[in-house]
Amino acid sequence: MSTHHAHVTDEKAEARSYLLTLLALLFLTVITVGASYIDFGQGNVVIALAIATMKATLVALFFMHLAHDKPVNGLIAVAGFIFLGLFLMFDLLDITTRRDAIPQNLHAPVVQTATPAGAPAVPTAAPAAAPPAGTAPAPGAKKE
Amino acid sequence: MSTSTVDLHDDPHGDDSVVDDAHHHHQHHFTTMEQQFDTSKIGMWLFLVTEVLTFGGLFVGFGLMQNRYPQEFIEAHEHLQRLAGASNTGILLFSSYTMGMAVFAAKTNQGAKAARYLWVTVGCAAIFMCVKAYEYTHKFEEGLLPGYFYHHKGDLIVGSHGYSTFFSFYFMMTGLHGLHVVIGAILLGWLAIRAKRGEFSHEYYTPVDLIGLFWHLVDLVWIYLFPLYYLIK
Repeated sequence: MSTHHAHVTDEKAEARSYLLTLLALLFLTVITVGASYIDFGQGNVVIALAIATMKATLVALFFMHLAHDKPVNGLIAVAGFIFLGLFLMFDLLDITTRRDAIPQNLHAPVVQTATPAGAPAVPTAAPAAAPPAGTAPAPGAKKE
Repeated sequence: MSTSTVDLHDDPHGDDSVVDDAHHHHQHHFTTMEQQFDTSKIGMWLFLVTEVLTFGGLFVGFGLMQNRYPQEFIEAHEHLQRLAGASNTGILLFSSYTMGMAVFAAKTNQGAKAARYLWVTVGCAAIFMCVKAYEYTHKFEEGLLPGYFYHHKGDLIVGSHGYSTFFSFYFMMTGLHGLHVVIGAILLGWLAIRAKRGEFSHEYYTPVDLIGLFWHLVDLVWIYLFPLYYLIK
């Protein structure tokens, strides 16, 4: 709304910026598909997400005009992603620290023998410890 | 509607709109057309954040389950057609370009051109959904279905819930995204008709701009869906 009297040159420039954005996005798509055929191990996920984030940034800045828009809109958008990041961060904390909830560990339950010498005395064998007969399972402790 | 309040404006229309110039009105609680536009846009961005968080929750859930069933998720993703996903990515990116051009045409008083760009965008949405329908049909035939309905034969890890979990997420997320594409396409068609009628100009193109933002968000979600489902090893 701020450019009420758009000049012809501005119009040309804006149309060209959309075209360049599209070409960059298509280029990155080709790169990400190509990279997926090469085995980088754990790197594949990182590369795919990095390229996707680059593409998303291009879309937000140029197609969604955040590069030239009033700052408040960008602030709202960034705030949304910060909250998503918080969500993801706490989720990752949970995944990476709560070992006993992973089913692979449940396949071979940790036998309740003495913990190896030197191991921290943290009760890691929680899932394998069968509750006394007749005890109602704690809410939320559903396991298969 | 505004009869109970003191009408500060000399309102010739007798409703709650105020004449800003010869053709366009803003509602009486706004001072200018520009203020009205900016307010609408902030509202749209707030809505888009709720969309990001909706899909974000599903992405986080997908990540959790991938962590839980890494082997099954890799095997299950081999059933997705990478070419179909890549084509759909290209189609959506192109449609974002035509959407941008439609907004640009609308705000530079080129209604007919805006309508053409909008119809091309609708066409892209239709192609996207056709590819999706083709993919879904293929999954249905192979029994690659969500949760309880999963009955595909030939999985390497027999009895694992990982495969059906993968397809639960696949159908939930691509389905919700597809729903957004359909709703977006309907809104775009409505915009195209209005643009053709000459309802938009540099003074008033708010609906084109805001639905444009929505359309770009749909593209943005797919930008993450595509590599995570089709490409991850």
